[in-house]
Formats: sequence, C-alpha cells, structure tokens
Amino acid sequence: MDWSEFIAMDGYGLYVWGAYGITFFILLLMLVTTWIGSRS
Amino acid sequence: MFGYANSLKFEKLSKALIGILAVASAILFPLGLYYGLLGSPDDYQQSQTVRIMYVHVPAAWTALFCYMSMAGAGLMHIIWRHTVAGLYIRAACGLGAGFTAICLITGSLWGAKMWGTWWVWDARLTSVLILFFLYLGIIALKDAFDNPERGTTACAWLSVIGAVNIPIIKFSVDWWNTLHQPASLTSPSKMLNPAMTNEFIIPLLIMAAAYMTLFGCLVLIRTRTEIRLRKEMVKNMRSVQHGLV
Repeated sequence: MDWSEFIAMDGYGLYVWGAYGITFFILLLMLVTTWIGSRS
Repeated sequence: MFGYANSLKFEKLSKALIGILAVASAILFPLGLYYGLLGSPDDYQQSQTVRIMYVHVPAAWTALFCYMSMAGAGLMHIIWRHTVAGLYIRAACGLGAGFTAICLITGSLWGAKMWGTWWVWDARLTSVLILFFLYLGIIALKDAFDNPERGTTACAWLSVIGAVNIPIIKFSVDWWNTLHQPASLTSPSKMLNPAMTNEFIIPLLIMAAAYMTLFGCLVLIRTRTEIRLRKEMVKNMRSVQHGLV
C-alpha cells in the first residue's frame, strides 16, 4: 500500500481519519486538563 | 482497599504506579496504532472502516470499566465513608465522559458508512448515550454544593444507582433486536471461538491495553490532585477558625 492509498483508505479516509483525529483530540484534551489540574 | 483510605498510603502507591502506567501507555499506543493501521488487513465487508474498531471498541470498554469502578468506589464511600474512594469518583468522571464521547463519535462515523446512518435509537446506542449523560450529571453534581463532601456523596449515590445501565449496555445486543452487532469477543460463547481472527484481535487488545493504562495513569494523577485540593481546603478552614478564635 503506498502513501496515497493509505490516506485514501479505499475512499473511506474521511471517516477513518476523522475517527482517529477526534479520538486523539479528546485524549489530548484529557491529558492537558489533567496536567493543568495537577499544576493549579 | 481500606488501607488506602489513608491518603498518604494512596499517594505513595500512586506515585510509583503513575510512572509505570505512563511508560506502558507510551509503548502500547504506537504499537497498537502500527498494528491497527498497517499490520492488520481490511475486512471483506467493511473494507478499511474496520480500522475504526481499534479506537471505538477500546473506548467503549474503558468507559464501561471507568463507570463500574466509580460505582464500586461509590459503595465504599457511602457504606464506609472511604475518603479516597469519594475523591476517586470526582477524578474519574471527566475521563469517563471523554472515553464515552470517543465511543459515541467514532461509532457514529463508523455507522455513517456501514449502516447508512449517523445515529439510530437502538438499545446499544441509546444506553451508551444514557451513560454519557450519567457522566455529565456526575460532573455537574460534584461542584453543585457549597460543601464539597455533600457533592461527593451525591456523586457516589448517582454512580451506584446509574450502574444499573451497565448490564443494559452489555446485554442490549442480546435482549433486543438491535442494529449494533452482537459481541464478537466478550460473550462467554465467543471467548473460546471468537468471531474475529487473531489479525484483528491482537491490535484490538493492544489498543485496549493502551487505553486502560492511559486511564489508570490519568485517574491516579487526578485523584492525587483532588486529595491535595481537599487538604488545602481543610488547611484554609483551620486557618480561618484559628483567626476567628
């Protein structure tokens, strides 16, 4: 599988990368809020 | 468990565990992502959307585990006035809401293509949405009282009562005719004869371990923060009392 195929994900790229993107955004939010809380 | 009602004992244990869990999580996430995105095949029916499973299912498992742990802590707080258990509920609720949100949003993206709909009011989806509302309710309750201890007790009660939703979520796909697929792995009949091959199971379990170690690390840090805030509050109250006397 080359890079463009990997991004395209057989035409489902928006959904797959959208899912991974929102997952890591929320995980990052949890990390940041935990860190801010521990520093306050 | 009862020994850890002593916050000093809890803080000593948690300090050691946080480092171990953080390192484990930092190793497991890249490993799980590699196997999930590159090392596993696509599905003959779902094509590449099957890769959403590796972020959706572990989030669901972690959200359920988080709520069950909060319900257990709630019982300990209500029955034995276990202080750290009460503070654990305050620490975990935000994380549980986050994992439930991940489950709902990624599930919606998966369903949009596989089911042709972003949302359907079937038993599984509705009960997980109720779980999300329970988490939001606990978050709102914890700071809704002037006396934080009353807020913690209210959260403990809501955690215990809301635990009735957990078996509903788990067995909804068996009890009702749902669009959501039945368990492929976690039902007793499927554990020895899973509906997936190892190529799918291994990255799924690695990601599940990554999520759980991350949750463990964050909840311990947050519980330590809650303990520190409670100690500062007590110290301030005593200073005010001494000032008045």
